[in-house]
Amino acid sequence: MAETFKLRVNGVARQVDGDSDMPLLYALRGPLGLVGAKYGCGSEQCGSCSVLMDGVRAFACKITLAQAASRDIVTIEGIGTPDNLHPLQKAFMEEHAFQCGYCTPGLIVTAKALLDRDPDPDAAAIASALQDNLCRCGSHGRVIAAVRRAAKELAR
Amino acid sequence: MNGEGKMLPGSLAKDARIASWVAIEADGTVTVRTGKVEIGQGIRTAVAMIAAEELDVGMERIRVVSGITGDVVDEGVTSGSGSMEQTGRALRQVTAEARAALIAKAAAHLGVDAGTLEVEDGTVRSPATNSQVTYWELQGGQPFVGVARGAVAPKDPAGYTIVGSCVPELDAVAKVTGGAVFIHDLAMDGLVHGRVVRPPSTGAVLLSVDAAAVRHLDGVLQVIESGSFLGVVATDEWQAIKARDALALSAQWRESAQLPDEDNISAWLIDNETAAHAVIDGTPEDAPVPDIAPPVDAAKTLEASYTRPYHMHASLGPSAAVALFEGGRLTVHGASQGPYPLARALAGSLGLEEDAITIIHTQGAGCYGHNGADDVCLDAALLAQAVEGRPVRLQWTRADEHLWEPYGPAMVVMTNASLDNDGNITDWNLDLWSTTHQGRPRPTTETHSGLLADWHREPARARPVAKPNFSNESGAHRNAWSTYDLPHQRVVSHFVAETPLRTSSFRGLGNYANIFAIESFMDELAAAAGLDPVDFRLRHLADARGRAVIEAAAEAIGWPPGGPGSGTGKGIAFNRYKNSKAYVAVAMEVEVNEENGVIAVSRAVVAGDAGQVVSAHGLACQLEGGVIQAISWTLKERVRFGPQRVTSVDWETYPILTFPEAPIVECILLNQPGEPYLGAGEGSQGPGGAALANAVFNATGVRLREIPFTPERVRAMGVAARRGA
Ligand code: FES
Ligand code: FES
Repeated sequence: MAETFKLRVNGVARQVDGDSDMPLLYALRGPLGLVGAKYGCGSEQCGSCSVLMDGVRAFACKITLAQAASRDIVTIEGIGTPDNLHPLQKAFMEEHAFQCGYCTPGLIVTAKALLDRDPDPDAAAIASALQDNLCRCGSHGRVIAAVRRAAKELAR
Repeated sequence: MNGEGKMLPGSLAKDARIASWVAIEADGTVTVRTGKVEIGQGIRTAVAMIAAEELDVGMERIRVVSGITGDVVDEGVTSGSGSMEQTGRALRQVTAEARAALIAKAAAHLGVDAGTLEVEDGTVRSPATNSQVTYWELQGGQPFVGVARGAVAPKDPAGYTIVGSCVPELDAVAKVTGGAVFIHDLAMDGLVHGRVVRPPSTGAVLLSVDAAAVRHLDGVLQVIESGSFLGVVATDEWQAIKARDALALSAQWRESAQLPDEDNISAWLIDNETAAHAVIDGTPEDAPVPDIAPPVDAAKTLEASYTRPYHMHASLGPSAAVALFEGGRLTVHGASQGPYPLARALAGSLGLEEDAITIIHTQGAGCYGHNGADDVCLDAALLAQAVEGRPVRLQWTRADEHLWEPYGPAMVVMTNASLDNDGNITDWNLDLWSTTHQGRPRPTTETHSGLLADWHREPARARPVAKPNFSNESGAHRNAWSTYDLPHQRVVSHFVAETPLRTSSFRGLGNYANIFAIESFMDELAAAAGLDPVDFRLRHLADARGRAVIEAAAEAIGWPPGGPGSGTGKGIAFNRYKNSKAYVAVAMEVEVNEENGVIAVSRAVVAGDAGQVVSAHGLACQLEGGVIQAISWTLKERVRFGPQRVTSVDWETYPILTFPEAPIVECILLNQPGEPYLGAGEGSQGPGGAALANAVFNATGVRLREIPFTPERVRAMGVAARRGA
C-alpha cells in the first residue's frame, strides 16, 4: 500500500508517495526528478546508486523509503551544480576521470564521504574507500588522481 | 568517388553533400552531423574539435547531432575503432570545404580578394578594408548547397590550435553533476515503465504463467504474453518491478541441457569445427589448408595452445530504451551502435516500413561492443505496441544483462614455430578455433531474426545461421596474421557454426585471443632462443613506428627486468591493431604471491601511436581503459555455466577488477602530426593480456596459457612447475 513519506533531500523537505519497501532510488529518479544516482545492479554490488545518508555512503537501491524517512539524504545533485561545481566535480573533469560516466555520480558521492572523514587520503586509502564501486571503462587511475587533486584543493 | 574521380576521405564517400554534415545555424551556432554514435569513446567531442578547427570557430558554438535515422548519414555501426577514420576524416574534409565556401561568399560580400581574409570564431575580416562579416550573416539558417569535391586542402596540422589539445568532453559538466545524459535518464510526458521476464535459460519454453493475477496489481497497465516472451507495463517504475517479479515467480518453464562443459570448452570448440580456411595477409580464403611443415634444418620447433573463455561486455548500466508507438509510427530512443541497421531489423520484426521507424541515439553506459542495446529496443517496442500513444521506458535488470547479452566468444589458439641457430624465426603457424563474432542485428526475415525477443515470442523466429567471415582483419581472425616480419606464415581459422552460448562482437574481436597467443608465444620463443624479449621482437620488426612504441614502453617500465623466480616480474607485448590501425605496446610489472596464487599488477605502461592526435586525453583514456579492461578479463573474468543455465548473474558471480586491484596506467602518446588518424579504441586489450602473462612468467617461470589467471590456476601451475623442476 502506498504511504506518504517525508524526506530531506539535498537540504530540502520533500514528500513522496510509495510503498514502504520501495527503494529510495526509484523515488529519487522518479517523482523527485534526481537522475544522478543510477541503477546498476540493485543489490549493493556496484555503487552506481550511491547517496549520502546522514553523511555516510548508502546504496539507494537497497535503502527503503521507510529507512530513508527523516534522515538527511544528499545526492550528486546536492554536492555541486553546473554553476557551482564542487572541487571533486572539477577534479574529475580536470583529470578526465571518466569515459562513459555512468559510474561517475556514485564515485563522486563515495569520495565525498571519504574526504569528509579523511581530508588527506593516500592512493591506497582512496582505492579502498571505492572498493564497492565499479567502473567498467577502466578510469580507475584517473579517478584516484582526481580525488587526490580535490583533497589538495579543499585543503587550500 | 565524386564526379572528378578523386576518392573522398572516410564516410564522405557515402554522401558528399556538405549539408549532410554541417550547417551554419541562425543563432550563431554550427551543427555538425555524424552517423557515428557516442559509446564512451569521446567521438562527439572529437568531431566537434575537428569541425571547430577547420571552420575557425570556438568549440562552444558547435552542436553535434549523432545517430538519428533520417537526419544523419548512414555510417553503419560504430565499431572496429573506425569512428575517427570514417566520420573524423569525412568531417575534416567537409568542414574545410564549408569554410572555403564561406570565405568565397565573404569575399564577394566584402568586395575583396578571398586570399586576404582572416577568420576568427566565425567572423571573417578584411584587414585591408577594415570590414567584416560573420558566418551567421552569410549562411545562418541556410543549408549549404553543393558537394565536397576533395579539392580544398584541410589545414596544415602545424597550425592546429584545437585538434591535439585537451578540451573537456562536451557533456562533462552534466556527467559530474548528475545531469540527464543517459538513455536511462530520459524524461517525457506520459512516460510509463516496462520490464520483461526472460526465460531462465536458452531454449527454455514457457509452460504456464498467471498473467491475470499480475494484471490486478497496483499501477499495472498491461501484461504482455506471447509465446515465451513476457512483459509488463506499469505507471511507475517500482510498480513495474514488482509486477515483473510477480510474473517471474508465477512462470513455469521447461528447460533442457544444451550447454557444453565449461571446463572443456577448448575440446568442444575443436570437436565441433564446421570449416577451416587459410588466412592470407589477414583475409580468409576458400582454398585448401596447408599442413604444418617445420623446416628440416630447424634448430628448435616450439608449439603451444592458448585459450580464452566467454567474456561479458558487462556494461555498468544495463541496457535500456524508450519507445513510443503512435499513428502507425514507431520512435525508439536507444543506445544501439547502429541506428540504421537497427531500424531495418525492427521493420522486419514488427511488419513496419523502415521509414515508419525513427531511431534516436541516446548514450548508454559504455558498451565495448554488441551488448543488449539493440535487443532492448525491440523489447520496448513490443511493450509500446500494447500501450499505444504512451512512451514506454524499459530498463533491463542486472541479471537480464548478464544472462542475455551476447558474449565475447571463447577461443583456442595453437601456435607452432621454428627457430634457426641464430634465434631467428624461420617458420610460423597459427590455428584458431572460434564461434561467430558477428551477432549484430541484420534485416529480420519471416524465419530469422538477430533480435532476442523474436526468438521467444509468437511467431518465433530462429537465430540467424552463423557463417564464416571472409573479410580482411575481421571476426575471429582479426590480428591472427602476425605483424612481424616472418619468412613464412601459415594461419588457419577454424570456424565453429554452433553457438550454444550466443556470441557477438566484443571489443577487439579475435584480436584479444590472437595477440594473447602471438605475444605470449614470442616470449616463449625468445626464452628458447636465449634472447631478451624486447630484442627478440625488434629483430623481427622493421616498421619504425612499431619499434618506437615497443621501445617507449620498455623504457618507461624500466627494461630489462631481473630473472625469473623473484616473485616480481615485468612483461611486454605489442600489436598493430588490425595490422593497419594504431601501434600499441603495453608493459606491466606484477607481483605474484605463490602461496595464495594472487597476481597483483603493480604498474602498467601503454605506448600508442594513433597517427595525428585529435583529443589527447580522449585517446589516452581509451588506451588506459583498454589496459585496465584487459587486466580484468585476463585475471578474473569468465562466463560461468552449467549444463542448462548460465550462472554468472551478477557482479559476485562475474567479478571484474576493483579499485584496489587496478594499477595506475602510464600512457605515452607518440603523436604523428599530419598523419592519418588511426583507430585506437581496441588497440590495447590484446597486448594488455599478453604483457600480463609475460610478466607472470618473468616473475615465476610459470607460463599461463589459459585465461583467466585465477588464483586456483596459478597455484596449480606453480605446483606443476615445481614438480617438473
Ligand atoms: S545499483 Fe545500488 S549498488 Fe548497484
Ligand atoms: S566511466 Fe564508464 S563505467 Fe566508469
